[in-house]
Amino acid sequence: MNDDFKPAVKTLVDRFDAQIEEHRGDISLSIPRQHVVETCRTLRDELGFEMLIAITAVDYWPQQSPRFHMVYQLLSLHHNVRISLRVPLVGNYPTADSIECVYPNANWYERELWDMFGIRFEGHSDLRRIVMPYDWEGHPLRKDYPLGYEEVQFSFNYEEIDERKPYAKD
Amino acid sequence: MGLEQKLGNMGVVTLKLEQTMNWGRTNAMWPMLFGLACCAIEMMSAQASHYDMSRFGMELMRASPRQSDLMIVAGRVTRKMAPVLRRLYDQMPDPKWVVSMGDCASCGGIFNNYAIVQGVDEVVPVDVYVAGCPPRPEALIHGIITLHEKVRGEKIDNWA
Repeated sequence: MNDDFKPAVKTLVDRFDAQIEEHRGDISLSIPRQHVVETCRTLRDELGFEMLIAITAVDYWPQQSPRFHMVYQLLSLHHNVRISLRVPLVGNYPTADSIECVYPNANWYERELWDMFGIRFEGHSDLRRIVMPYDWEGHPLRKDYPLGYEEVQFSFNYEEIDERKPYAKD
Repeated sequence: MGLEQKLGNMGVVTLKLEQTMNWGRTNAMWPMLFGLACCAIEMMSAQASHYDMSRFGMELMRASPRQSDLMIVAGRVTRKMAPVLRRLYDQMPDPKWVVSMGDCASCGGIFNNYAIVQGVDEVVPVDVYVAGCPPRPEALIHGIITLHEKVRGEKIDNWA
């Protein structure tokens, strides 16, 4: 990262109780859940990060607790700098604050996180599933979600499986 | 020997109704313009000038199910797409046929998971399965010729 940004990032660390990690010049800030909206607003208004590139999440179950980490990727087109925010969430069905009021395009990303991980967002205008059908049960990208593996038909067990396989009628 | 020699002086040809109808059905079997995944690329190339499916009377891919006779399920069907697929099938007028193109449509292929229907025959009745991942245009055309053979053998009392 550009050296000009180092002091600016330092102020973020002090203000929002963040932890800083640097890997090959990429800065990643770990911030607590309650400061997400304010951090994003500061990054956008004061440091020139105009663009939200992605929000995604990682499920560390069963190795780590808290199991969910949300990851925000921000880009400053003006300075050509990228930054990522990492937000650990406590609990099996966690809630987070929506950053739709700062970056409107967060709307769909947050819907995707709700759909795939079951993370709820407070202050979201339209929290529906986005990828799976509306009546789907469960959140498929969770590590404890069953893969739904079906037994494969080979010549030795063809008949047996064929009997219970559902076929369409005309 | 051409048709005119068979006609004789009367200008009449006698044929079985079955044969005539089945002949008509095979030689103007319009597929639906409906691609789901990478198999659709092969379907398009089977349709285009290099392989030219119009040789078999299939020159028109209809963009509406109401004008088509054949549904080529080209690609994996997700559980979200399955009701849509069934609805398109229901909107096609009789008589109608289904070709399941490729491994994914036939049996789920490499996608053995919660999101993909394990064989499109769970949703619509399939006439011909074409193997391959994806099948080459020749394979698709072979599948369609096989379907034509099947249609030519249909009996009048099987017609709906």
